[in-house]
Amino acid sequence: MFKRIGAPLLAAAMAASFAFAATAAEKLKIGFVYCCPVGDLGWSYEHDQGRKAIEEALGDKVETTYVEGVADGPDAERVIRQLAQGGNDLIFTTSFGFMNPTVKVAKRFPDTMFEHATGFKQAENLATYSARFYEGRHVIGLIAGEMTESNIVGYIASFPIPEVVRGINAAYLAAKSVNPDIQFKVVWVNTWFDPGKEADAAKALIDQGADILMQHTDSPAAMKIAEQNGIYAFGQASDMTRFGPNAQLTAIIDDWAPYYIERVKAALDGAWEAKDTWGGIGSGMVAFAPYNDAMPGDVKALADKARAEIAAGERHPFTGPIRRQDGSVWLAEGETASDADLLGMNFYVEGLEGSLPK
Amino acid sequence: MELAVDILVGMMLAATPLLFAALGELVAERAGVLNLGVEGMMVVGAVTGFIVTAESGSHFAGIALAAFAGTLMGLLFGLMTQILLANQVATGLALTIFGLGLSALMGQGYSGLSVPPLEAIRLPVLSELPVLGPLLFHHEPMFYLSILLTALVAWFLYATRAGMILRAVGENHHAAHAIGFPVVRVRLAAVAFGGAMAGLGGAYLSVARTPLWSEDMTAGRGWIALAIVVFASWRPGRALLGAYLFGGVTIVQLHVQGAGVDIASQYLSMLPYLATIVVLVLISGGRGAAVLRAPGSLGRTFYASS
Amino acid sequence: MIRLERRPQPSRAVVWMTPVLAVLLTVAAGMALFAIMGVDPVRAVGIIFLSPFSDAYSLSELIVKATPLILIGVGLSLGFRAGVWNIGAEGQFVIGALTGGAVALAFYDISGVWLLPLMSLAAVAGGMAWAAVPAFLRTRFGTNEILVSLMLTYVAILLLSAMVTGPLRDPDGFNFPESRIFHDSALMPQLFEQGRANAGFLVALAAAATGWILLGRHVVGFQIRLMGQSPRAARFAGFREKRIIWFCLMVSGGLAGLAGMFEAAGPVEQLVPALPAGYGFTAIIVAFLGRLNPIGIVLAGFVIAVTYIGGEAAQIQMQLPAAVTRVFQGMLLFFLLGMDLLAGFRFRLRLPRRANVVETP
Repeated sequence: MFKRIGAPLLAAAMAASFAFAATAAEKLKIGFVYCCPVGDLGWSYEHDQGRKAIEEALGDKVETTYVEGVADGPDAERVIRQLAQGGNDLIFTTSFGFMNPTVKVAKRFPDTMFEHATGFKQAENLATYSARFYEGRHVIGLIAGEMTESNIVGYIASFPIPEVVRGINAAYLAAKSVNPDIQFKVVWVNTWFDPGKEADAAKALIDQGADILMQHTDSPAAMKIAEQNGIYAFGQASDMTRFGPNAQLTAIIDDWAPYYIERVKAALDGAWEAKDTWGGIGSGMVAFAPYNDAMPGDVKALADKARAEIAAGERHPFTGPIRRQDGSVWLAEGETASDADLLGMNFYVEGLEGSLPK
Repeated sequence: MELAVDILVGMMLAATPLLFAALGELVAERAGVLNLGVEGMMVVGAVTGFIVTAESGSHFAGIALAAFAGTLMGLLFGLMTQILLANQVATGLALTIFGLGLSALMGQGYSGLSVPPLEAIRLPVLSELPVLGPLLFHHEPMFYLSILLTALVAWFLYATRAGMILRAVGENHHAAHAIGFPVVRVRLAAVAFGGAMAGLGGAYLSVARTPLWSEDMTAGRGWIALAIVVFASWRPGRALLGAYLFGGVTIVQLHVQGAGVDIASQYLSMLPYLATIVVLVLISGGRGAAVLRAPGSLGRTFYASS
Repeated sequence: MIRLERRPQPSRAVVWMTPVLAVLLTVAAGMALFAIMGVDPVRAVGIIFLSPFSDAYSLSELIVKATPLILIGVGLSLGFRAGVWNIGAEGQFVIGALTGGAVALAFYDISGVWLLPLMSLAAVAGGMAWAAVPAFLRTRFGTNEILVSLMLTYVAILLLSAMVTGPLRDPDGFNFPESRIFHDSALMPQLFEQGRANAGFLVALAAAATGWILLGRHVVGFQIRLMGQSPRAARFAGFREKRIIWFCLMVSGGLAGLAGMFEAAGPVEQLVPALPAGYGFTAIIVAFLGRLNPIGIVLAGFVIAVTYIGGEAAQIQMQLPAAVTRVFQGMLLFFLLGMDLLAGFRFRLRLPRRANVVETP
């Protein structure tokens, strides 16, 4: 995990601090609730990698457990409750659909610490966290804009929710900034995970002239198709090199491990408090797979520069002037998007085709 | 023109797993057995194919054992419905639920692995033809196998004595039994074949199309295959047509989206299902024609009392 | 060669024994499976089958899970007896939740005791409307209702997604795809102080009782049973086959729709795209496990609820994969159906052998 995010210092620092607290009394029990099987290779898989990283880093100071494939809604409430009742001290619920169930259970178990991923409701004992994946989308947008020869980028999208729309807009704006002729073709597959359908979508996009694929679905199917067709693609959620050794330019990696370890450590020290964390490239929550060797040095430099500037807070992927698809002004020259605007984004920016459900 | 060819090729790729599963179910139903467990057999085939390919490095072994695993699932269904005389609809559903669970258990530890895709066979000379080349003569072997099996099933059903017996058993098991045909054995063979074909359809997904394993990766295709059998009014040639039509609607709606049309994606995603319903109604022909064409003993339990 | 002999009269005791035996065999096979997986079989089975009874909250959760299964299962059992295969209860469930939920959202600012009954009516109407499509197509064109109802399930789920990302979306929810949380008078009354069991359970019990009376005592029940056993005989007896098809699909669709609304206005408290949790499909197992008998279905609903809740407990406590629950449900149904040979066979074919030949002309 740490090797992948390239943050050995952080790991070393943490390992050192635990050496002192190694004899603390009781194990901290930590529960995880996943929306999907951990074998999905995408979202839940990466959260589970984070869980394993906790165990690896903290060893016998913690005891973790997880429940996978939990449906959003009423089942989630029961599972979360059972975890709380079963003596878990810190519970991570890792799907947007778990928001209201988590809120309800948190109310009932005031002494338990809860953390909900991707939601917007907090409480005294309920923290929220998410990652600014759009920062990663900005970087891959730049790379795509430079690397494409057909000037057509194919985008496989899952569900029309703000998270996904934000990603499309961020990638498009970045690609457009380096390549004014760029065109995005977006296909919504209305599933997070259906390798066959994602492969069909990838094929359709390639047939329409796309020579670079981006995806916001979880399976590596599109990467496989890109590899077979000799074009480029970007990995989603995790490093998909093994599915497309030649195709993958880089991948946006959801790296929850540093955050999880930090929060667990805070809980162990009695310093945990409910807050909202929206981490990005700067905090390591959004990480990247190594660049493809086929990328020219100047493109790598461009991407590295963007990463460095975003991490340092010197660049915002949504900086005006930006117009909405309908031509109305969203951000004036030099203005950057507010987090509230980003959180609820439900429109395409100017230049994208197609429409979103209203 | 090139785009049209590309769309047609995409359609063939989407249709191939459906065609395998539909052909198998078609033979089972022609023998009078309604097996709703296609999805379960497919997904077990998919996981078996992937595991074997990953472990042995041989696509052929993976595909063959996927067919074998499908056969075992089919025989389980046969045992339940033909020997133990269980209700076919309920047993089929049980097979699907069981298959989905079993495949998930088997596949633990295999998700995240990757196997090389099945290489396409490029037929010399023919694949160089302008339109027909990419369309017909440049596919991986399982595509050709699906076409070959369509022809074989048609030949078997209509041109062989065994096929005639199978149809007779499906039309009227009491009469077939009276003539002396082994009703139960014919049906066991038919559901075993259906299982093998569903297994191939699953293996196509996990070994050829998207060479990876993930839980529930068949994603409802087994059910579509069942619809195709009815659409085909139990004829192999029309099953080919049905599979390609469904694959076509799936692909075309993706292309329509890619072209940037102003319709919410959910409604476009409904199209393949709605199209299936419309087609089912059309072939029903208004006067219960489809019912007439269905094998007479379809779904009924057979009990030889003498 | 084992020969089967049909017995003239079914033994009620055997009929009711088979589900119990099936559960026991499933436990035995499950233990074998766990042993193969290298899991302590006794502990695993103990957790799955006993932990749901360990405290009041788990018991009330059993009711939460069993309520939709019973409601849908009772409706389906009528059709299954008549040979009307509604496999799309999941879609009817979704549409019922959608129409019922839409009423709740339409009256978001107004509360009153009339609201829940109105939502129920809307839900029943929605479920019926969705089931009316296969009913119409089968009676008018002879189209296969299994496939039509199944295809409509996919359409219903996509429609729900379109609605909660569109017109029914929570205006204050940052455009996330879910509706507002229903206000208090649009939520189902709770049964107990603790837990989430709601009044929908009482409706489910009432539905089961009504179904039992209908099947056992009413002429419609007789027609349904006869049509299932011998469609031709039913036709000779002058029954209107189409009327029975419509009746079965309307009842099962309406009840599934109601179950959907109870789910949305009960434990979920809003409309979310993930509302369809598979109750419509699982209810098919419940219907068969309950021997297509409404009272049996109530018991079966609880057995399946146990596998769900126990399966979750086993995941939490032993890290068993979620797939185990499905394997268990599949095996349970296999064993049960397999034992039809012992009991169901006699049970199903009460007619003398010659009459049986009539069914396949």
